[in-house]
Parts: sequence; structure tokens; C-alpha cells
Amino acid sequence: MAEAAKLQVSDEVAVSIENMNKWYGTFHVLRDIDLTVHRGERIVIAGPSGSGKSTLIRCINALEEHQKGKITVDGTVLSSDLKNIDRIRSEVGMVFQHFNLFPHLTILENCTLAPIWVRKTPKKEAEELAMHFLTKVKIPDQANKYPGQLSGGQQQRVAIARSLCMQPRIMLFDEPTSALDPEMIKEVLDTMVQLAEEGMTMLCVTHEMGFARQVANRVIFMDAGQIVEQNEPEEFFLNPQHERTKLFLSQILGH
Amino acid sequence: MSDTHQQSIGYVRDSMIPESEPPLGEAGAIKWMRANLFSSIANGFLTLAALTALYFLISGFLPWIVNGVWDAPSIRECREILDGKVGGCFAVLTERWNQLLFGFKYPSDIYWRPALAFLLLFVAIAPVLFSKVFPKQILIFTALYPFIAYFLIWGGSILIPIFALLGLIVGYLVYSRFVAQSFAAGFFGGIAAALAFWWITGFIAVDGVLAIEAVPSRDMGGFMLNMLLGTVCVSLSIPFGIALALGRQSDMPIIKWICILFIEFIRGVPLITLLFVASVVLAYFLPPGTNFDLILRVIIMITMFASAYIAEVIRGGLAALPNGQYEAGDSLGLDYAQKMRLIILPQALKISIPGIVNVSVGLFKDTTLVSVISMFDLVGMIRGPILASTEWNGVYWELLGFAALLFFVVCYGISQYSQWLERQLQTDHK
Repeated sequence: MAEAAKLQVSDEVAVSIENMNKWYGTFHVLRDIDLTVHRGERIVIAGPSGSGKSTLIRCINALEEHQKGKITVDGTVLSSDLKNIDRIRSEVGMVFQHFNLFPHLTILENCTLAPIWVRKTPKKEAEELAMHFLTKVKIPDQANKYPGQLSGGQQQRVAIARSLCMQPRIMLFDEPTSALDPEMIKEVLDTMVQLAEEGMTMLCVTHEMGFARQVANRVIFMDAGQIVEQNEPEEFFLNPQHERTKLFLSQILGH
Repeated sequence: MSDTHQQSIGYVRDSMIPESEPPLGEAGAIKWMRANLFSSIANGFLTLAALTALYFLISGFLPWIVNGVWDAPSIRECREILDGKVGGCFAVLTERWNQLLFGFKYPSDIYWRPALAFLLLFVAIAPVLFSKVFPKQILIFTALYPFIAYFLIWGGSILIPIFALLGLIVGYLVYSRFVAQSFAAGFFGGIAAALAFWWITGFIAVDGVLAIEAVPSRDMGGFMLNMLLGTVCVSLSIPFGIALALGRQSDMPIIKWICILFIEFIRGVPLITLLFVASVVLAYFLPPGTNFDLILRVIIMITMFASAYIAEVIRGGLAALPNGQYEAGDSLGLDYAQKMRLIILPQALKISIPGIVNVSVGLFKDTTLVSVISMFDLVGMIRGPILASTEWNGVYWELLGFAALLFFVVCYGISQYSQWLERQLQTDHK
């Protein structure tokens, strides 16, 4: 699996982060982050809570502002220019821990909203696209329901479909399974595995180590706002180098 | 478990039991009364006390209605007809009906014009209130309605409302031409273009061109004035309130502080004070000879007052939305205007409906305060010309009861509509 995955990675750079720093007030959340993501790479970011992993991926689509360093997404440098930010956001899909579906719109409307208003896709075409991706996440029959009528796992799959409808080139996952019941975690992970197999560039903040082993071609371990260790999944799990990584792995794999 | 149970106590039904009546006292009225009215001794006592109170209330009130006199020229003759019996003098309503509705100066031969405007109001608001039932094309009429209603009620040259409308269209065209480059350029360019258009057309002599009989603002009165102020101010204060609420949340410090100052100042001042400013004080600041319409001044003041309150109500709705909704909109690449219009405001406004209705109902009733600055709205008519007349001096209950009834009908209607709307928009916990 890992061999096959490596083959799909191209030399083209999807995201490059150079010497990036971020502060919340005086608190130094991210310190000297350097990270290059190639097209087709699947990166899992792990680490204890408060280590800055969510903040890191939220900087990539400018949900958080960074104060120092340079982030380049798909060849566009992130600046404070709003048009620039909107363009990057429409190329980068994001899936949140708490789904963040729009409760006043049906599942179908959730999925067609951004294509219609941002991409200016005709409504009918947008609906066909939405049904295509809803079928892909295996819930086309719920299209006319409201988010409140769906289970957590179904809602998260809708959220994935909603991001896919913008046909993004990069997907960010911010702890997509942390708010789900154990039984529903699998259906969401299956969807993500399927995406990975199709060659989507993915950055996932997650604690699902099985998922990391199965699809990631790089695991990044963060602590105290820094990248402490990164390696291929096999090496990362079997042979961690840094003390903090060893402690973390023994904590989460120990039971 | 269930298998062993079935095996040990095997049973098969051989005849079905037919349906039968419930025992007496366990269904219908008797059961209901026992459960709700006489469930305990104290409860039964309270029920009897309430029934007695109701009896006295109705037995006192009913003859006043039933014996009421509907046809008499004055209170004296009304009392003669009653001849000592208890009864209301409702004749004042029939005799002064037109004054109550239109005021005492509006020309009686053109009452049909405001009446028609009132009927058309229902056509205009129907597609706004019931967007699922009525076709969207009526919205064009809704957009034209303010100009039609102005022409019907005030009369004068038809060119005035047409110029007003054209000015707005010119402003909109300029706005849509420049908005792609920058919102600020479009917005201020649009306003400037509209003002310039109105300024230029101000030089065109329109008096008498394609004109119908003109009625000056000071001749407006009666319930018509309340409806007019209520409708205009409610429909203006909601968009202004939204703008103020969004402005108060803005990242731009100057806009934010202007909005906060405006809201806090207006909320800290009684409406009566603002109305006095509109009617008296404002005249000192305007150049002599300026004719700034009184009703327009009052509309501006009431709208400012109500929009400050509505802004705070909507701010509450905005604050109730989880941050994730903003982030989801952002992450999809929607810009600020799209995010607000498609995601944030529909949800925030839904949460704010009870508060907005509260302010609207309050505002509608507050339009009676204009009687204090000697405008003859419904209450002003009753307190002034009607009660002061020799014929009807002293008919308080009938007149004020009628005023209360009119306001109640409108306000109760608004309240029922809002509850219906809340049920319609209920999508989260089906």
C-alpha cells in the first residue's frame, strides 16, 4: 500500500509553507513551520491537544492569519488581499470536526450553494454535480432532508461531499471523526480512504492511527507549535525517534 | 429467553374481542372537566371563582354592547334613545367613521385613493410574507408599490414618484456598474448618482403636469396616518437595523464606532423627544423657507428609533450562531456579502423573529405618540376634534375601545403571522 501510494505523488508542489510563525496575542502557537506538500500526497498530522495542528491547517486556507513566513497554495502566495484569499479557499476544501453544515438548507442546497455562487455554475448543473458526490459518499437518498435529520456520520459525509462539489485540488480535514460515535467513524474513514485512493492531496489532523497507517504517505508529529518528527507511517509507528513522539505513541497505542 | 417463555406458557387467541364504549366518566366532557377543572378541592374552588368573575364581567359588558345605539347625531340624543338603560353610544363611530379613518381635513371626495392604496398594500406584501404561495412576479409590483401608494395618498404630479423611482434606478445602475471593482465605489457612486439625478430633476417644474388633486401632509390623519407611519417605518427599519447590526460587528473600527454611537444614543433617548425634535427643533437648523415635510421628518425619527432596537435584536441573533457557520462559509470561498446573505442572516433573522415582531408591534402602537406633536392620527382625532366637539363630548369608552380594537387586530395579526413563519422555518429538529 505504502509503495503504491508513493508512486502517485508528483513533483508538483501543492502547498509550501516556509518559516511560518503565528501568535495568539503574545502566545506563540506555531514556530518556524516548514512544510512542503506535493500533489497527491496524503499527510496525517498528529500530536497532543494544543500542539497547534488544527491551527496549522487552518492557516493554509486563511481561516487563521499567520504573522510571519510565507504560505504558497497552488502557486498563489497567501496575502491579506481578500480576492486572493477567496480564490485559494475555493481551491481548498475543508472538513470540520463539527461538520458545520448549514442547518437552514437541505442537503442538496448545502452542496450546491458554493458552486452556484462562487463558481457561477448553472443551478441544474450544480445539482447534478451535487448528486454525483452525494452518491459517492453513499447518501443520495437524503438529498432533500435537512442536516438536523441525519446522523453524525451522515452529516460528516455530506460535509465531505459539500467540499468536493467545489472540485478542490487540496482537502483539509480538521479532526473529522472526533465528534462521532464509534460506529460512525468507519463510514467517514471509508469515504476518506476512497478519496485518498483517487489521488486527492489531503492534509488530515486526526487521531485515527489505523487510517494513518493505511493511507498516509507521511505522518507529521507536532508538539508545542513545532514539527517534532515526520516520517513514513511504517517508520513513524515502529521506530519513533523523538522522546515526545515515543511518549505520545505509547499513550494512544497503549490500550 | 422469549422462546422458552412462549414454550412454557403457550397461548393462542381463538376469538377477537369486539370494540366497546369506554366506561362513563372516562371519556368526553365529564372526564375533561374532572381532569382539568375539578382535579382537587382547591382547583374546584378556583374554577367556581373564575366562573363567577366571568359571569359578572359578561353580564355587565354584554348589555352595553347589545343595547348600543348605532344611529344618533349626538350624545344627547343617544342618551334619550337609551332612556336610562345601560348601553354604548356607538353612533359616534358611524357618524365620525370617515374622520376616524382619514382625519378631518382629507378631502372626502377622494377617500377612495387612500382606501385603494390600503387594498393594494395587501397585494404588495403578500409575496413578501408568503413567498411560497404567490408567484415571484408580484414582487415587481411590491417594488413599485411605495411610489403608487405615494401618488394615491398625496396626489400631485405623477412625475414626482416617477422621478423618485428613476433616481433609484439610476443609482442602482451606477452601483451595479462599479460594484465589481469595489463595493465602496459602487455603493457611494450609486448614492451620488441618485442624489445628482434628484437634484437635477428638482429644477423641472412639475406642478400640475399630469396631476391629480394634491393633499398636503398636514391634512393626513386618522388611522390612515398610523397605518402609513407603521408600514413605512417597519419596512424601513428592518433593513437599516440589519445594516446597523452588521456594522456593529464590522472589522472596520470607524464604521463600528459610528454604529455603536448611533445605537446607544438613540436607545438612550425617549421617542417623544425625537418627535419633538422632528416637529419643532429641526426647523431652527434648517435654512429659513425650507419646506421639509413634517411626515417625512417623523418617518425619519421613528425609523431611526426602531432600527436601533432592531439592530440590537439582530445582533443577538448573530451572536447565537456558532462560529463554525462563518468558517464553513469562508472555507467554501464565499465572499462577505454572499456569506451574510446566504448563510448568516437567514439563520440570525430566524432566531430574531420574536424580537423583531416585538419591536414592530411596539413601533406600530408608538405611532399614536404623534398626537403629542399635534398630528391628528387616530388617537389625536379622538382626543382632539371628536371629543372636543359639542355633539360627542364625553364618549370615551366607545371611541378609545374602537381605537384599541383596530390596533389589536393589526398587532394580533402580526403576532400570529410571526408564529406561523417560525413554524415554517423550523428545519433543525424535525
